[in-house]
Amino acid sequence: MKLEINNAVCGYGSKKVIEDISFDVKSGEILCLLGPNGVGKTTLFKTILGFLRLQSGEILIEGDNVKNWSRNRLAKAIGYVPQAHTPPFPFNVLDVVVMGRTAHIGPFSSPSKKDVLIAEEALETLNISFLKDRIYTEISGGERQMVLIARALTQQPDILVMDEPTANLDFGNQIKVLEQINRLSKNGLAVFMTTHFPNQAYLCSTKVIILQKNNEFKMGQVEEVITEETLKATYGIDVRITSVKNQNGDKISACIPLLN
Amino acid sequence: MHDSNSSEIDLSIKTKKDVARKFNKKWILLILSLLLIATFAISFTLGRYAIPLSQLFEILFSKLFGFQATWDATMDTVLFKVRLPRLLAAIMIGAVLSLSGATYQGLFKNPMVSADILGASAGAGFGAAIAMLLSFDAVGIQLMSFAFGLGAVAITTVVSTIVGRGNDSTLLLVLTGMVVTSLFSSAIALIKYVADPDLKLREITFWLMGGLSAIRMSDLKIVLIPMILGAVPLLLLRWKLNVLSFGDEEAQAMGIDTSRLRLITIICSTLLTASTVSIGGIIGWVGLVIPHLARMLVGPNYSILLPTSLLVGGLYLLIVDNVARCMFAMEIPLGILTSVIGAPFFIYLLMHGKRGWV
Repeated sequence: MKLEINNAVCGYGSKKVIEDISFDVKSGEILCLLGPNGVGKTTLFKTILGFLRLQSGEILIEGDNVKNWSRNRLAKAIGYVPQAHTPPFPFNVLDVVVMGRTAHIGPFSSPSKKDVLIAEEALETLNISFLKDRIYTEISGGERQMVLIARALTQQPDILVMDEPTANLDFGNQIKVLEQINRLSKNGLAVFMTTHFPNQAYLCSTKVIILQKNNEFKMGQVEEVITEETLKATYGIDVRITSVKNQNGDKISACIPLLN
Repeated sequence: MHDSNSSEIDLSIKTKKDVARKFNKKWILLILSLLLIATFAISFTLGRYAIPLSQLFEILFSKLFGFQATWDATMDTVLFKVRLPRLLAAIMIGAVLSLSGATYQGLFKNPMVSADILGASAGAGFGAAIAMLLSFDAVGIQLMSFAFGLGAVAITTVVSTIVGRGNDSTLLLVLTGMVVTSLFSSAIALIKYVADPDLKLREITFWLMGGLSAIRMSDLKIVLIPMILGAVPLLLLRWKLNVLSFGDEEAQAMGIDTSRLRLITIICSTLLTASTVSIGGIIGWVGLVIPHLARMLVGPNYSILLPTSLLVGGLYLLIVDNVARCMFAMEIPLGILTSVIGAPFFIYLLMHGKRGWV
């Protein structure tokens, strides 16, 4: 499965936010989208999800232009994990996860036993089966984020699009979510996520896009893109990039901001 | 983390609990249905012309099998021409008002809204008031209230779309709805002002207060069609309404064509509201309060919430209408009574039920 963006121009109304961007993400890859506030990260991924109209260019899934795809068909290919928020009604966690089956259920039908089983499997995959009977509005932010990932998995898509999956999470939960994202990608999902933390790109991504002001962007492998110079140019701050070895002896890079 | 044994035990306990819970929810629907039937039967005996329950069953039994009438004609008129249509109207109006209220709350992701938020009630009220001013017959009044109820919602949606320049903003829709409501309320006030104070003003005012005393079987037959047209699609689509309450973008990403589903549900709910206004006047608070009560009973999942709201709403308005017609020497307008009960109950919900909507 391959998601391809060719010469895309994205924006609201007549305002162009991003011009002429092209990239792709395949099964097993994690593409991280970085960039300062207001450069159009949200605009770009909302366009990919079909919430905003693509102004020019094309979006292909497996080589097929999604322009005329129905919502239903798109939902079977792309799962969306929004930032965790509180819905107005106290749904059961299982009910929330089963909602991921929407695209697979007929217009007048309710979920079947099979749909519930798929939802339970998704909870199992993420090791959060214990949340099944809890009330979604009463669990912690980190748990809610995991439930939303489970819901997207229940959708059985080939591509996951995640909007700052670690926003508002404590340090431990951030890492737990990243671990799950890595696992899902190893199992064959293509992941496209936005983040504010270059270190997260080091921890899990295979590819990175950094959006900069004035419609410029850099993309490529993590080590090529996230450099001291690029981060200085993008965010206007001084950083040093250093590395440590993990328990297996692999090199893990990290960037450390230098305060004046 | 549990070791594998204990987690297996945990799982089996949870499954049992799960089954038990679903069982309970099914039972609630059954219990509510039985309660509704029982209340219906008892309501039949109540009123200025009281009939003992045993005699009622005797009459119904004889009617059913075509036996010779052993009761007098007055009783027949009271039971089948006056009381039956009124009881049925109370159940139908309560049921569909709650149904449309519950739908609107999911649609606008806001448990504080009800079916009249987009101007449906005020518009329908205005249409009916004009019809009365112009001395239209019953069908004319109903048609006018439908037309203006739908018209008001159309104005609200079109204006908010123009103001929002294509952005689908719920807040904008609700604010526009308030403006349209207030506009139609002023128009109603103007009609009252110009109406003949001896004949029309009294008729219009009483009708707007909401009441079921003048309902006949023929009114019910006319209003049954729009009620079915509005209720059936909502009941069929009810599971998808869950997804809609997570917001448009998430619902779209899960595969729902939100603008189409939104349009269908708004039209159906408005049809339901306008149809109740056309036969019973403006009966407030039912669509706001009953869905909350139903949510307390069975939780927020629309699969079970909508049928529960339907039953609780019918039961509620049947009981309140009994109070309206039997409690005092003079009949109290139903709309006033539902407000008197609904408003304090709503304050109670705000204080105690908070968990449901923060």
